[in-house]
Amino acid sequence: MADRADIAAADLGPVTTLATPIRLDFEFTPGVAQSRFLRGLERGKFIGQRCPKCGMVYVPSRGSCPTDGVPTTEDVELANVGTVTTYCVVNVPFAGQSIEIPYICAQVLLDGANISFMGLIQEIPADQVRMGMRVEAVWVDPDQLTPSLASVRYFRPNGEPDADYETFKEYL
Amino acid sequence: MPESEALHASHRLEYPYARSVGPVIGAFLTGLRDGRLLGVRGSGGSVIVPPTEYDPDTGDDTGEVVEVGPGGVVESWAWVPDPLPKHPSDRPFAWALIRLDGADTALLHAVDSGGPDRLATGDRVTVRFRPAAERIGSMADIEAFVPEGGAA
Repeated sequence: MADRADIAAADLGPVTTLATPIRLDFEFTPGVAQSRFLRGLERGKFIGQRCPKCGMVYVPSRGSCPTDGVPTTEDVELANVGTVTTYCVVNVPFAGQSIEIPYICAQVLLDGANISFMGLIQEIPADQVRMGMRVEAVWVDPDQLTPSLASVRYFRPNGEPDADYETFKEYL
Repeated sequence: MPESEALHASHRLEYPYARSVGPVIGAFLTGLRDGRLLGVRGSGGSVIVPPTEYDPDTGDDTGEVVEVGPGGVVESWAWVPDPLPKHPSDRPFAWALIRLDGADTALLHAVDSGGPDRLATGDRVTVRFRPAAERIGSMADIEAFVPEGGAA
């Protein structure tokens, strides 16, 4: 055994590091309302829900209206287009980054919704993105759609004139 | 699945740390990879396994590396009837404190005895390493300890 051990040590050198991954395995359920949103993504559609009292449309819906505290039961299919309400330019590289910097993280207010959500903006130089810019969602190929936000590749300018500030100032 | 039912998914959150082991633990892990059990001599002459950089009694630097085992004595043990995914064995085993031949301290590892009725404090056990090609310099290079004489 000593002979083999000496050969192994000569080949590999001494052990200097030890992999010690910290791992948490957990089961996640998004609940009924968000599951509808996620199943919509699987069909290439944004599905929100309307409050029966105030009429606000939330996407993704949490299943109740945060203002009125009542269940949101009416599903609403939203447009594939929306408005950039605000955004930030990401210039910082980090481990595991999958997108080339600089890139834009924007809050997108879909037409018909009363709340914005975060999306990636592409197909435009970072320094040309602006508040009020009109964008459309670009989806993965139909056979790649999953019940996940990964189904939305990014948003890109759709060529419409910028939205007037007055139309989205309540959503910043 | 009905449309009304909630989705469900398994997630994993993981931080892939690697830690530097230093010269003493490094020698111990290198020994495991090479199929040898190594301890270190403390300032009072006792042999510490697994080795430490400093003598736990005096705080002095520990000294020479000493080969121990491959056999030893079970000092105490606890039977695990239903192993969990992260346990070193997928069949029932014992966690045991094993004082290896030549050592003055006990090492914690698994004993594969085949059943709790086949293990007793004071029993002699011997190391069972993984095949050399699978060893990486880790405690898991030791598959388990087994009763001396191959009773398991």
